[in-house]
Amino acid sequence: MSIEAISLSGRKKLVSNKEMTFWERMYIVAIVKGLMITIQHLFTRKVTIQYPEQVREMSPVYRGQHMLKRDEQGRENCTACGLCALSCPAEAITMKAEERKPDEKHLYREEKYASIYEINMLRCIFCGLCEEACPKDAIYLTTSKVLVASSYDREDFIYGKDKLVMPLDIAMQNAQLKNTN
Amino acid sequence: MKVTIDGQEIEVEAGTTILQAARMIGGESVPPAMCYYSKLKGSGGKCRCCLVEVAKGSEADPRPMPKLMASCVTGCMDGMEVNSKSSDRVKEARESVTEFLLINHPLDCPVCDQAGECDLQDLSFEHGKAKSRFIEEKRTFEPENIGPNIQLHMNRCILCYRCVMVADQLTDNRVHGVMDRGDHSNISTCISKAIDNEFSGNMIDVCPVGALTDKTFRFKSRVWFNKPYDAHRECTTPGCCGKTTVWMFGDEIQRVTGRKDIYHEVEEFICNECRFDHKDPADWVIEGPREFDKDSVINQNNYTQKLDTVQIATEEGILKGREQDRKKISMPAIPLDKEEEDNFKHGNL
Repeated sequence: MSIEAISLSGRKKLVSNKEMTFWERMYIVAIVKGLMITIQHLFTRKVTIQYPEQVREMSPVYRGQHMLKRDEQGRENCTACGLCALSCPAEAITMKAEERKPDEKHLYREEKYASIYEINMLRCIFCGLCEEACPKDAIYLTTSKVLVASSYDREDFIYGKDKLVMPLDIAMQNAQLKNTN
Repeated sequence: MKVTIDGQEIEVEAGTTILQAARMIGGESVPPAMCYYSKLKGSGGKCRCCLVEVAKGSEADPRPMPKLMASCVTGCMDGMEVNSKSSDRVKEARESVTEFLLINHPLDCPVCDQAGECDLQDLSFEHGKAKSRFIEEKRTFEPENIGPNIQLHMNRCILCYRCVMVADQLTDNRVHGVMDRGDHSNISTCISKAIDNEFSGNMIDVCPVGALTDKTFRFKSRVWFNKPYDAHRECTTPGCCGKTTVWMFGDEIQRVTGRKDIYHEVEEFICNECRFDHKDPADWVIEGPREFDKDSVINQNNYTQKLDTVQIATEEGILKGREQDRKKISMPAIPLDKEEEDNFKHGNL
């Protein structure tokens, strides 16, 4: 089979500008054909929903804003291993590691922690590979509906630890939940 | 002497070990080595990672050797036939050795500075199991300070003795060694003395795991975020070549190491002054980027490598279109001939 005869899409059509016959020029058949398609659509499933009353179901793999997790004792899980930054296809994550001091044992779980952890939300594509790569279960993509809050300044889109680390009260709630179970 | 390793023949001189012969061939049949270091006399024979199967002892005595042999300390014989990667017995043995090495090795790769250039990581990536069968508690040691430049993590040590040999063969006065016996054996200085010899920093380079790391680089960065360059300087220390690899982050030199080859062995040893005291780029003459294996994590996010164009068999006709069609994009340049023009006007159906 020659390359010219192969139709990769299966929809190859030869075009021509052949002159139309009398019946074709009357357009009646064409109009009826078109109407039939319109009427067909009246009986198919509607693609829209009545929004405020009805809400669409979230996908189970929905990925919202990131959160750096704390464990049950409120210590940060992240150890700045850099695997999230390595796996990030958009190169949105940067971090700087520091050694934990003896009096900071209640703040950080491991010997090393991230003193600076930044995600550039303008670059992030919410693919979830950072979550996938994390060996310490530290970074998670939450189901929050706000992905990135709008702003006029580019600096506002670089999220530091102040915006990313899980708030302490949520960590306490998690600990309580775990204790009751 | 003729030796066959995994079906590949090579001529070697008498006195060559199987591991050296395999490295001359190169490729996948090279056994992994955790304790053997070609620049250190007397190294090898401890870790048992490099076990190979000798299927034929020699031309004179063709019987196979009954047990797997440590290739780094077994000499070649004429007509020897060795199976390395091609043998299932060898594969199984290496898996078991890896499992044993990992019994007491802590799972702290995310914290460890050696991660990314660690021999044990490479070994367990290739031969390790995903799950540990060891349920007992891992052996741990009290952290010990062995001086301002070198960080000792005894928990990570696999007792390869390379650092002891460095101290014996490069420095005149060894102050550290392996203390105690059996499960308790650990690398330590005698009554916590600081290691301050001018060539002691090479212990960091020879350490196959993260037991001995650079204190000046501690937690600064991960190795794959740094850009390694070959550099040299005029070093006045006797015995130091001054040729190093500098690991840069932006304009900052974060770490200086010896130049390591594909088996992670330094080409030449360097002194502590080069390694720890010169972190200013002005001190160094940068020769150019240091090259690593294609699959090394150090090459991640590195776009300077030249990539080959992928050739697809049908590319000629499909991706770019036929030669005559590409010309036709410019219509006036190639007018249609009479028959084509007729078809176009009146349809060719």
